[in-house]
Amino acid sequence: MIEEEMNLTELDIQENGIDDKGGSWLSCFPESFTSLEVLNFANLSSDINFDALERLVGRCKSMRVLKLNRSVSLEQLQRLLVNAPQLAELGTGSFSEELTFRQYVELESALSNCQNMHTLYGLWDAKGIYLPALYPVCTHLTFLNLSYAALRSDELAKLLAHCPRLKRLWVLDTVEDKGLEAVGLNCPLLEELRVFPADPFDEEIIHGVTEAGFVAVSFGCPRLHYVLYFCRQMTNAAVATIVQNCPDFTHFRLCIMNPGQPDYITNEPMDEAFGAVVKTCTKLQRLSVSGRLTDLTFEYIGRYAKNLETLSVAFAGSSDWGMQCVMGGCSKLRKLEIRDCPFGNAALLSGLEKYESMRSLWMSACNVTMNGCRLLAREMPRLNVEVMKEDGSDDSQADKVYVYRSIAGPRRDAPPSVLTL
Amino acid sequence: MQGGGGGGSESGSMSTVSRDENMVVSSEDSSCPDESGLELGLGLSLGGGGGGGGGGRQGGGFKMHHVSKGGPYARILTAKDFPSSSLSSSSSSSSSSPSLSKANVTAGTKRTAESVAVAANGSSQVVGWPPIRAYRMNSMVNQAKVLTMENHKKETSMVENSSIGGYRNDGNTKLKKSTFVKVNMDGTPIGRKVDLNAHESYEKLAKTLEDMFLETAPSVNPSGSTALQLDMLNRMTRHSKLLDGSSDFVLTYEDKEGDWMLVGDVPWEMFLTSVKRLRIMRKSEATGLAPR
Repeated sequence: MIEEEMNLTELDIQENGIDDKGGSWLSCFPESFTSLEVLNFANLSSDINFDALERLVGRCKSMRVLKLNRSVSLEQLQRLLVNAPQLAELGTGSFSEELTFRQYVELESALSNCQNMHTLYGLWDAKGIYLPALYPVCTHLTFLNLSYAALRSDELAKLLAHCPRLKRLWVLDTVEDKGLEAVGLNCPLLEELRVFPADPFDEEIIHGVTEAGFVAVSFGCPRLHYVLYFCRQMTNAAVATIVQNCPDFTHFRLCIMNPGQPDYITNEPMDEAFGAVVKTCTKLQRLSVSGRLTDLTFEYIGRYAKNLETLSVAFAGSSDWGMQCVMGGCSKLRKLEIRDCPFGNAALLSGLEKYESMRSLWMSACNVTMNGCRLLAREMPRLNVEVMKEDGSDDSQADKVYVYRSIAGPRRDAPPSVLTL
Repeated sequence: MQGGGGGGSESGSMSTVSRDENMVVSSEDSSCPDESGLELGLGLSLGGGGGGGGGGRQGGGFKMHHVSKGGPYARILTAKDFPSSSLSSSSSSSSSSPSLSKANVTAGTKRTAESVAVAANGSSQVVGWPPIRAYRMNSMVNQAKVLTMENHKKETSMVENSSIGGYRNDGNTKLKKSTFVKVNMDGTPIGRKVDLNAHESYEKLAKTLEDMFLETAPSVNPSGSTALQLDMLNRMTRHSKLLDGSSDFVLTYEDKEGDWMLVGDVPWEMFLTSVKRLRIMRKSEATGLAPR
C-alpha cells in the first residue's frame, strides 16, 4: 500500500494491536516521498527500523503529527525531534530508559525547539526525573495524555505547574487525590479530564482517586465539560457539589469500580448523585452511571436528561420501570447499552416505537427472554433483533440482545452464535 | 443486615454468612451494598476487599491429618489421594463462601450463565468490567511489569475484544487475571513460577510441576533418541503422578487467608481465586492427612 501511495499524507495505525514482524514497512517509503503529515504507529507492538524512520521524519517537513510506539527510546526521540521542530502533536516512545546528563540536556533542548507543540501523548512508563525535560514544551500544551505514565501526585503537580493552558488531561489514578488537587490549582482552562485506573482488578489495594479529587478539580476548573472518572468510592454530596461547580457537562462518565456500590458515607444508593447531574447539566449528551442505583435514578434521567444521546448502565435499577422511564423520557436517545440489570420484557417492549429513531440498543445479562425478543422482532420488522446466547444458559433467556434499525434486512455475515429474529 | 461501608474503610467485618439469606459477606468486604431494596433471587455482594489474610476466617479449611504411605516414585499428592470426608465438604462449603461472596452482583432475579460463570471466578473477573479498552489493558500489563512489586502476580492478560469504552458485555471479552504463582519444593532452594491460567485443570498443573521438579523415571532403560522419544511418550501418556495416589510429596497451596491447604479439594476455578502460592511438601511434614 505504501509503495503505491505517493501522495499519502496520513498513515494512522489505530488501536489494532497489530503485531507486525519487524519495521520493514518504514523502508517502503521511497526517498522522494515527502508528503506525510500524520504518522501514527503508537499501537504497533514490534520494533521498527529506526534509521528508516529518522530519514522519513527528516524529509517530511510538513509532518504535524508523529506518534511513536514503545520501541522508540528517549535517545532516538531526541534525534527525531531535532529534525522535526515543527511538530504539533507528539506521541513519545518509551520514556523510561537511563539517560546521561548530556543526553538529558539534548532532549530538553530538542523539545524546547518545538514551539508549535500543543499535544503530547505516549510517555510510556515515564520516570518522574525526566519529566522536567518536558517543561519547555508544556507552556503551549492543550492536550496532555499521561495515561500510560504511572506518576505520583508530586510528579504530576510539578509538571502541571508548567501547563497553564491545558484543556484536556488524561492521567492514571496513581496521581491520587493530591494530584487532582494540583489539576484544580494549575489548569483553570481545563475542559476534559480522564482518570484511568492503574490497577482495575486489584481488590486489595485501596489506592487511586476518590470523590475528593474530583471535587477539587471541579472547584478549580469551571469549564470542565467532559469527564471519565474511575474510582472506588463516591458520595451523592460530592457529585452534587461537582455539578454545581461545573454545570456545563456534556459527557459525564463515572465508573465506581465495584458494581452496585452505594454512597460510602451514607450507604444510600447513588440516585441523588445522578439526579443532580441530569437536573443541573442541561447540555448532557452522554452519561455513564455506576454504583448502587434504584429506579429513581432512571426516573430522574427520563424526566430531566432531555438532550441525552448515549446512556450506559450496568448493575443498576430495581425493575422494568427504570428502563421504561428512560425510554419514555429521553427523546433524543440514540444509543443505550445495558448490562446486568433487572430489566425484562416489559422494559424492552416499552421502547417499541423508539428503537427506530435510535442507533442501537444493547442489553446483556438482563431478564429479557426469547419470547420478548420475538415479539419485538415481529412488531417492528424494520429492526434487526439479534440474540446471542451463552453456553449453558436457560433456553428461554436472551442473554445478549442487540437491536438496531436496518433497511438492509438481517445481516448475512453473522457468526452462528448470533440469532437474528 | 449488615450494611457495608465504602471501599475505603476496613470495617473489619467478619467472614460469616450473613443472617440475611440474601447476602453473603466476604471476609474482607467492607463495601457490601444494602440490597434489601432489590429483588434478588440470590443477592451476592460484590466484595470490595480481597482475600488478604486478615478478618475472621471461616471455620478452618481442610486441615491435613495423616501422612499417607509413600510409594516408590517421586510424585506429588493432592486431595484426590485423601478420602473426601464430611470435614472437607463442610470446609469447602464454608471456604466457598468467600469466593462466591466476591461474586458479581446481578441485580436481576435471573442471571445468565455467563454472569454466573464469571461469579465463580471472583469479583474482579466480571467479564468486561470495569469498561476499559483492550489496548489500554495491554499497556497496563507492561506498566505492571515495570512497577512490579515482589509478589505482583495480578497481571492482566491479553484480551481478544474490548468493551468499547462502554458497557457492552461482549462474550469474547475475557479479562482474566493471569496468575503466576511461586512454587517451592522442600529441599530445593530455588523456586519456580507457574502460570495457573495456562493450565485448565489440576491434572495439567500437576504435570507441569512434575516436569519442573521431579525426575521422571523412564520405564525402560534404552539409550539414544529412542530413550528421548520413549520419555516423551511417557510424559504425555502417563497419568499424572500428582493425582495418582502414591508419592513422597504432597502438593499444597497457601490460600488468601494464609492457610496451607491440600491442592485438589475444590473445583479448579475456585482454586484459582484463592491460591497465592504452591509448595511441594514432603509427606513426612504433611502431618495429619488421612491416607486414601
